[in-house]
Amino acid sequence: MKTDDLIRTLAQDLPRSGPAMGKTLAWASLAGLALAALTFFATIGVRADIETAVQSYRFLSKFVITAILAATGLYVLDRLVRPGALLRRDLLVLLGAPALLAALATLEALVLDPARWASVAMGTNSLVCLTFVPLIGIGPLIAMLLTLRRGAPTRPGLAGAVAGLVAGGMAASFYAAHCPDDSPFFVAIWYTLAISMLVVVGAALGRLFARF
Amino acid sequence: MTSTDEDLDHLLERAMAGDEKAYAGFLGAVAPLVRAVARRKLAGGAASDVEDVVQETLLAVHLKRHTWRPSEPVRPWLYAIARYKIVDAYRRRGRRVHVDIEDFAETLAQPQEDTVSGGEVARALGTLSPGQRVVVQSITLDGLSIGETARQLNMKETAVRVALHRGLAAIAARFGQKS
Repeated sequence: MKTDDLIRTLAQDLPRSGPAMGKTLAWASLAGLALAALTFFATIGVRADIETAVQSYRFLSKFVITAILAATGLYVLDRLVRPGALLRRDLLVLLGAPALLAALATLEALVLDPARWASVAMGTNSLVCLTFVPLIGIGPLIAMLLTLRRGAPTRPGLAGAVAGLVAGGMAASFYAAHCPDDSPFFVAIWYTLAISMLVVVGAALGRLFARF
Repeated sequence: MTSTDEDLDHLLERAMAGDEKAYAGFLGAVAPLVRAVARRKLAGGAASDVEDVVQETLLAVHLKRHTWRPSEPVRPWLYAIARYKIVDAYRRRGRRVHVDIEDFAETLAQPQEDTVSGGEVARALGTLSPGQRVVVQSITLDGLSIGETARQLNMKETAVRVALHRGLAAIAARFGQKS
């Protein structure tokens, strides 16, 4: 086929352009959060002592970290789905959540008796964390991967990994309301492991399904 | 270079507002840019292979045009898509090429030689469902408009548009699979 014939054809298909990318990403985020909420409330739900827990800065800090993770992930994802839009320095925002977590863990080390470090780090709920963060994250991950397919990620593996990071941040934001382990030590170890699973799966699926 | 940055920006901006002529002009300006880089990267390759890469890139630009943000310059977006497609096309042929964004800026646009056709779109066309194939063929090969195609096939215009769009998306997807 001649290229000019193809161009003439593509021009006739011009009116059929779907919603803008930003809109797709916004809807996918809402859908991802809704799916995560559904899984969370249908399974583990919030912890029994939620009313006293909300007065503890350790409990509240978990949500700040996970929300920052999801938000910075979405910021980067919005660039990854647009060819040529991601600058290397954009990736630096992903350090926001780990940096805050490192600061909180340092603070914890300063105020907590070293004899208790091991027990708060191991916590009581690590297996539930490793199970339910990935499980709650499945819905958001699917929503993000579908967004990648509608977009044009020139680095599908990286985009899939960041999709996993967003899903992990969303899932952990719900899971944190269930988990009785509030120490930054626990979060740094078990949340990181659980979210890493979603990142690895996201990267693999991105490479498989997000190519265009 | 045949077109300035502002030309490309304005053409695509007008196209996204629904101006088909501006869109054809935009794609017509994109093709020689991609062709020049593809030709240089595939030194010694067949002209039809180069044209296949050009057409695959045009299809990708078309199907992913909603990923362009109207306030942003077109070129970085366009070059990123073209680079991805050129590298991908040669990877499928078992070759590794390195394409820099500078390659586009430094290369002079190359017009199409009149006799050269790409083979991949025609091959992919053969794998479409009969309903899509007859519509896409009518518009690409017979040169009919959407309205003329609708009358000839006794279809509604919207049905022709849907078949055309789905057919083009299917053709783009088939490029990834070597027959």
